[in-house]
Amino acid sequence: MPADQIPNTAETLLDVQDLCVSFRSERGIIRILENVSFTVRAREILSIVGESGSGKSMTSLAVMRLITDPNAIITGSITYKGRDLLKLSPREMRDLRGREIAMIFQDPMTAMTPVYTIGWQIEEQLRAHQDLSRHAARARAVELLGEMGVPAPAKAATRYPHQLSGGLRQRAMIAMALSCNPSLLIADEPTTALDVTVQAQILELLQRLRTDFGSSVMLITHDMGVVATVSDRVMVMYSGIIAERGPKPDVLGQPTHPYTLGLLHSIPPMHGEKPHRLPSIPGSPPSPMGRPPGCPFQPRCEFRMDACATRPPLFRNGMQEASCWLADKGLPDWAHERAIRTTGEAA
Amino acid sequence: MLLPILRRLSEMLFVMFGISVVVFLIFFATPGADPSARIAGRNATPEVLAQVRHSFGFDQPMPVQYLKVMEKLFVSRDLTSFVNRGERVIPAVVEATPVTLSLVFGAAVIWVVFAIIMGMIAAATRGGIPDRLLMFLGLVGISMPVFWVGSVANLITQSRFHNTWLFHWVPGLGYTPLTQHPFLWFKGLVIPWVTLAILYIGLYGRVLRANLVEAYQEDFIRTARAKGLSESRIMLRHALRTSLITFVSMFGLDFGALVGGGALLTEVVFNLPGVGRLTYLALQSLDLPFIMATVMYSSFFVVVANAVVDIAYAWLDPRVRDAR
Repeated sequence: MPADQIPNTAETLLDVQDLCVSFRSERGIIRILENVSFTVRAREILSIVGESGSGKSMTSLAVMRLITDPNAIITGSITYKGRDLLKLSPREMRDLRGREIAMIFQDPMTAMTPVYTIGWQIEEQLRAHQDLSRHAARARAVELLGEMGVPAPAKAATRYPHQLSGGLRQRAMIAMALSCNPSLLIADEPTTALDVTVQAQILELLQRLRTDFGSSVMLITHDMGVVATVSDRVMVMYSGIIAERGPKPDVLGQPTHPYTLGLLHSIPPMHGEKPHRLPSIPGSPPSPMGRPPGCPFQPRCEFRMDACATRPPLFRNGMQEASCWLADKGLPDWAHERAIRTTGEAA
Repeated sequence: MLLPILRRLSEMLFVMFGISVVVFLIFFATPGADPSARIAGRNATPEVLAQVRHSFGFDQPMPVQYLKVMEKLFVSRDLTSFVNRGERVIPAVVEATPVTLSLVFGAAVIWVVFAIIMGMIAAATRGGIPDRLLMFLGLVGISMPVFWVGSVANLITQSRFHNTWLFHWVPGLGYTPLTQHPFLWFKGLVIPWVTLAILYIGLYGRVLRANLVEAYQEDFIRTARAKGLSESRIMLRHALRTSLITFVSMFGLDFGALVGGGALLTEVVFNLPGVGRLTYLALQSLDLPFIMATVMYSSFFVVVANAVVDIAYAWLDPRVRDAR
């Protein structure tokens, strides 16, 4: 089914259709991503949420074509500004990486080469894509570091990654990623390795990007708090498929997939009485080899029913879509569904 | 940057002092043996013994003896061989040093260049045919003893194929000083260089490949790809540069050990009058003053190499620089 038919005048920057990633292994083909489709529009922040192993990082690596494993099989299409990235030659792709689509990673300590100064590393990216003198590249690097809120940017540029704090390193990483004015920034858990105050600053920085740089952001995270703070739209992934997606207020306010519901329930409430124990989703996500047929979430789902044996397509409710049979006929009423099930069990 | 270097160099002097004490104790303070009898050699007359005892100060306390020996080694440099009476030890070692340095320097250039090429090709094609072939050849190179390779090389270049176009340029065994005839110096050393380098090419190539493969798992390689850099730049500027740290530390130690006499077998096989061969000859005739001098010389080279490695390490890795 076509993805995102939400009427919107904003231009589509990235259009991923039926993306499947699987790996050949001794025990057969392991399917990691199954028919993932989504779009990123200009100047928007799309959050991709999910547990570890849900395929969110794999999605971002596939878009960047950074899956280097020779046993990987990638099918589908990834259309960026009208060009299918999966059909580009390695050279064309390399030209695009860092210039049109940039990426930042979870741990800026290990993601930067330890033996070069951060100024050198930003210059390197600038000079890979633009015809700049060393001097001009350094000036631009310092300017970028300043824009990212790095204090004393000229001095910071001469520092090695290990000499900076985590927050400054991530700012330097973002400065590097933005050095060639990319239209799309993929941020893979950019705040996970940082403490909370720094996290907030980095998120604010990401939000500023669309106004200051006109960039779209694909934000990969497992933190619902981060999602609530910055995103325009949310895509919840589970076990290699899209569980739910839609505009942030809709998905967070009125989830239509039990997995999203479970995720939202496991956030500590801001007001009222503190629960003795935070509710959690029982069980753990299935391994790619052991995914059940039908809906992959059904073994852990409190609303499981017979229909779950077949995989649900994405059902649309307003702006929101969810792959759950309960979302088939309008927004599911979770309290009602839960009540039916408890009385059913009691009877 | 300067202060740590100075500190490292003073540490080095301290270690050298320690080594000289240990060497002195081994040669002169071994219980149950009269050092003057050993220095004077077998069948020495009591007069000679008494003279040796006095000139080395063995009738005086230990620290004085130590100072006397060190004075003979470093200040007056008149320690003489026992086997060839009157031959001074220190000038002989000093004379042999350029031969060993020529041999080891040349071999080091060859092994570093080829090991880097080999390691990079193998890492770039990891799992493929070139990788497996190179790693197999590397293992063969490591497994062949250098004296055997040298003998075979001599057999081929000096006798069997000497009169063919391929090897007629190879001069006879021996050493020509660089200052005397540079071209002959070069021609005479090519075969020894290659012979000595083979083992190290195999060893370093394999180690470098392992380091590069490991480096390719690092996050910063993925970042470099995400930056849109070319594969060759990722290999040279990111993977190789970070892998060089291990490579350099290994190199320093091996180089130091070789200059310190570790190239003994190569020198003997190719009849190069270097320090290794000097040690070999001294060992055969139990020429104690010579053995002591070469042992000191070689341990000093290993210590110097260690200090240079540490300094190079700090230069290569900014994290080490800050840790000091």
